[in-house]
Amino acid sequence: MTAKALSEGELVSVIGLEVHVQLETDTKIFCGCSTEPADGEAPNTRTCPTCLGLPGALPVVNEGAVEAAVKVGKALDADIAEQTRFHRKNYYYPDLPKNFQITQYDAPICADGSLEVSVAGRRREIGIQRAHLEEDPGSLQHQGGSIDTADYTLVDYNRAGTPLMEIVTDPDFRTPTETRAFLAKLEEVLEYLGVFDAARDGSLRIDANISLIPEADVGEGGSIDTDALASANRTEVKNISSHKGAEQALAYEVTRQKNAVQRGRAVEQETRHWDESRGITVSMRSKEAEKDYRYFREADLPPLSVRGWRERIDIPELPDARRERFREAYGLDEESAAKLTSTKAVADFYEDVAGRFDPDLAATWVADNLLGELNYRDMSITDVDHRLEEFARLVELVDAGEITTKNAEEVVLRTMLDEGDDPDAVIDAEGLGTAPDEEVAVAVGEAIEENSDAVADYHAGEGGAINFLVGQVMGKTGGSADPGDVNELLRERLEE
Amino acid sequence: MAHNAFITRETIDGADDGPLSGRTVAVKDNISTEGVRTTCGSAMLESYVPPYDATVVERLKQAGATIVGKTNMDEFGMGGTTETSAYGPVENPADSGHVPGGSSGGSAAAVAAGEADLALGSDTGGSVRNPAAFCGVVGIKPTYGLVSRYGLVAYANSLEQIGPIAQTVEDAAALLDVISGPDPNDGTTRFDLAGDDGGAADDRSAADGGSATHPATDANYAAAADGDVNGTTVGVVTDLLEGADDRVVDRFEATLDDLRSQGVDTVEVSLDSVEHAVQAYYVIAMSEASSNLARFDGVRYGVSGGDEGNWNESFARAREDGFGEEVKRRILLGTYALSAGYHDKYYQKAQDARAWVKRDFDDAFERADVLATPTMPVLPPALGESLSDPLQLYLMDANTVPVNLANLPAISVPAGEADGLPVGLQFVGPKFGEEAIVRAASAVEG
Ligand SMILES: [Zn+2]
Repeated sequence: MTAKALSEGELVSVIGLEVHVQLETDTKIFCGCSTEPADGEAPNTRTCPTCLGLPGALPVVNEGAVEAAVKVGKALDADIAEQTRFHRKNYYYPDLPKNFQITQYDAPICADGSLEVSVAGRRREIGIQRAHLEEDPGSLQHQGGSIDTADYTLVDYNRAGTPLMEIVTDPDFRTPTETRAFLAKLEEVLEYLGVFDAARDGSLRIDANISLIPEADVGEGGSIDTDALASANRTEVKNISSHKGAEQALAYEVTRQKNAVQRGRAVEQETRHWDESRGITVSMRSKEAEKDYRYFREADLPPLSVRGWRERIDIPELPDARRERFREAYGLDEESAAKLTSTKAVADFYEDVAGRFDPDLAATWVADNLLGELNYRDMSITDVDHRLEEFARLVELVDAGEITTKNAEEVVLRTMLDEGDDPDAVIDAEGLGTAPDEEVAVAVGEAIEENSDAVADYHAGEGGAINFLVGQVMGKTGGSADPGDVNELLRERLEE
Repeated sequence: MAHNAFITRETIDGADDGPLSGRTVAVKDNISTEGVRTTCGSAMLESYVPPYDATVVERLKQAGATIVGKTNMDEFGMGGTTETSAYGPVENPADSGHVPGGSSGGSAAAVAAGEADLALGSDTGGSVRNPAAFCGVVGIKPTYGLVSRYGLVAYANSLEQIGPIAQTVEDAAALLDVISGPDPNDGTTRFDLAGDDGGAADDRSAADGGSATHPATDANYAAAADGDVNGTTVGVVTDLLEGADDRVVDRFEATLDDLRSQGVDTVEVSLDSVEHAVQAYYVIAMSEASSNLARFDGVRYGVSGGDEGNWNESFARAREDGFGEEVKRRILLGTYALSAGYHDKYYQKAQDARAWVKRDFDDAFERADVLATPTMPVLPPALGESLSDPLQLYLMDANTVPVNLANLPAISVPAGEADGLPVGLQFVGPKFGEEAIVRAASAVEG
C-alpha cells in the first residue's frame, strides 16, 4: 500500500465506528441456549449441537433477537428492511464453531439512521450507515501469555451464538471526545430499550477507523471531500471495549499520526490493536490485504419478512424526550433531569416517587441522596428498585417533618442500604423520631446557660458563635432536632 | 451379505408400537444417531459419535422402526458410485461387479439385498435416485422443505433432502409419511414463520407463501400409491433422452408405452436450461461444501491436527489427513468459485442458471402433471471404471441435478433391466407434488 505523505498544515481527523453490542435476549440467536452466563459456570456447558457447530445441527432464528433489532432500528430512526436475510462470512478462527459466522450482508435489518449527541453544548448528528444482526463467536483464553506468546489457547463456546448487533456509523466524528459521547448516548438508548446489559463482560466491543486529512479538504459545513478521504490512509483500531477506551485509543492515534506527519513520515494503512493496560495502539499487520470472506446466502435460514414489525413493536420513551418532559413536568434543572434519566430504571423510580410527593423533594432524594449512597456502595438502582415503597416511606417521613433531613440521610438511608431494614424499624431502633418542641426548648436553655463565652461572642457579632451553640443543642437532642429550627429558636432567646 | 453396505452395524430399537413396527431401516451414515458413530464415509469422522439424534431418526424410533445400522456412502455424499468412501466400495447386489450408484449406495444396496426393509438416504444432486435406479429399488427425493434436515451432515444445504428407499413405491411413500413434516429445528420446514415471502426454500411465490400449514400435514403419500394414472399427462423431457444409452432409452420408451395403455397422455417437453444444469449444480454444491465442511478443523471433533505449530497449521493437518481426494477437490473448487473476482463469474452465474431451471420447470408443469426421464442416462458402471474420470461421473448426474436446483420432488422407480442391470425411470413433480409422483410410479410397478 503506498502511503501518502500528508502536506504540512492543520490536519482534521475523520473517524467512524463499528460498534458490536450484545443484545439481551432470553436465548441465543440461533438456538435455545440461554444468553445469561450462570455464576461460576464451567466452560462449554451453556451449549448445544447448534451453537457448538456439530455436524448436522441447524440454526433457527430467534424472533426475540429480531424484535430487539427492530427496537434499536426505531430508536436510531433507521429504515427497517421489509425482508431480512442472513449470509455466511467465511474465515477460519478457533473461536468460530463452524469456521463461518452467520451475519447479514446485503439486506441488513436496519439502515440509514442517525443518533444525535451533544458535546460541550454543541449538538452533532451522527449518521448510522447500517445495523445488522449476527452471532457472537466463542471466547479464547490464551494460556501463559498473549495471543502471540501463549503456550496454548483454550476455547470456551458458552458465548457462541449470543446475538450481536453491529452498528456502523458514517465517518462523522471529528474528535475522539465525540466518539465517547456517542457511545455513552448509544448505551443509554440501548439500555432504555431493555435490549442491553452494560454490566455484562464483553457486551460492548468497538472498532474505530481513523484518517487524517488536510483541513483544506473540509468543505462548507464540515463536509468531507470523498476523494480526499479515499486517498487518505486509514487506520483501523480494534480491541476497544469501553467509551473511555475509545476516546483514549483515538486520542493516541491522532497524536501518533500527527507526529508521523510532522516528521515527514507516512501514515501506514494498517490495523492496530488497542492495548488498554499500556495505553497505546500496536500494529497487528502492516500489510493489510483486503480479507476475502466469500460471503454467500445462508440457505438454512429462509428470508424473514418483518413487514409491519415496526408498527407492531413499541419502544419506550427515549432518554432525550424523557429529559425534556422531566424538565417541563417537574420543573427540574438540566443537571437533575440528566441525572434522573441516566437509566430507565432511575427515571421510572423517580417518576413513582415524584408522583406522590413534592417533585423537588423527590429529585433531591433520588438524584442526590439515593444515587450518591448507591454509587458509594457500588450498587445501582436496580439493586433496590424492589424496595421502592420503603424508600417512598422515608421521603414521606421527611416530608411530614417526622424525622430530620440530616438523620434521614446519614442514619436511616445508610442503614436501610447496609442492613436491609425498613425506615420505621431504623427510626425505632435508633430513637430518631423528631424531638418534641419542649425537649428542644430545654436543650436551648441549657446550651445558653452552659456556654456564656459563646453567648458573649454572639453578642459581640461573631458569626461562628451561633453555629457552635446549634451544635451543642443538636448534641443534647441526639441529632433529632431540626438544625434550622434550633438556629431560629436560639436567636429568639438570645435577643430576648 | 458381503456387499459392504454398512459402515456400522448396530441395532437401535424404536417404540413398541407404530406404523413402522416390525420394519427394519438402514440409515445413511451422514444422518446423526445419538450414541452411534456417524462417519459420513470419511476418515475425518471415523470416531465421531453424535450426542443427538437427527429429527428423522427420532421419527423412525417413534414410528416403531428398528434401525439396523449406518450405511456406506461416498465421502460426505460427494460421488455417484459410493467408491469415494473411506470404508471401501459397495457392490451392487444386482451384479456384484458393478457399482451400486451413490452417494447413498449403501442404503440402496441394503434394501436391494434384503438386509433392511427400508432405508434413508440423502439426495443433493441425485444421491437417492441414482443408487435406487442402479440397484433396482425405489427412491424418493422430496421437495426442499418437506423433510427436516436437522442432523443431516450438510454437503450442499440449499439442495439436499433426506429421502426414503424401499422395494416398493408404497413402502417408500409410507416411510415418507413418517419422516416428513415441520420441525422446529429446521427453519426451512417452518411454514409458520413464513410471513409474506419467507418459509421453505427461498423462492416461494406469493401464491404459496404465508400459509401456516406444512404440506405434509394433510398428505397421505402411501395412499397415493394406487396406480390410478388414467387421465394423467406425463411430460417427456426430450433434452434428457438425447445423450442417454440406447439400452436405457429402450426401457424408458417401453415403460411409457405401458403407461399409455393405462390411460396416460404423454407430451414432449423441452427444458432449454438443463444443458447448463450440471455446471450450475457443481458450482453451487462445491461452493456450499467449501463452507459446510469448514467446521472440520480437528478442534471439537474428528481427526485432530495435533499441537505442533500455530492453529492454522493444526487445522491444515487435520484436513489433509481427514479428507479424501474428491472432498478436497470440491472444497478447493468451491472456495475458488466464491472468491472475490470469481464470485460473479461462477457462483452468481450458477445462481442465475438455477433460477432459469426453476422457470423452465414451472413452464413445463403448465403442460404436464408430472415429467418423466430416465433416472440415469447410463447403466451401472463396473467397479473402478469411472473413478479415474471425475468429469464423466459428473455428467452422469444430468437427469437428476435439475430437480435439486429447482427444489422439486422426484422418484425413481424400477423400469426393468438391460443386460441384467437395473434401469430406473424418474418422475418429477411440481413443488410438494409428492402424491402425483408416487401415483405415477406405482403405475409403473403394475
Ligand atoms: Zn446452543
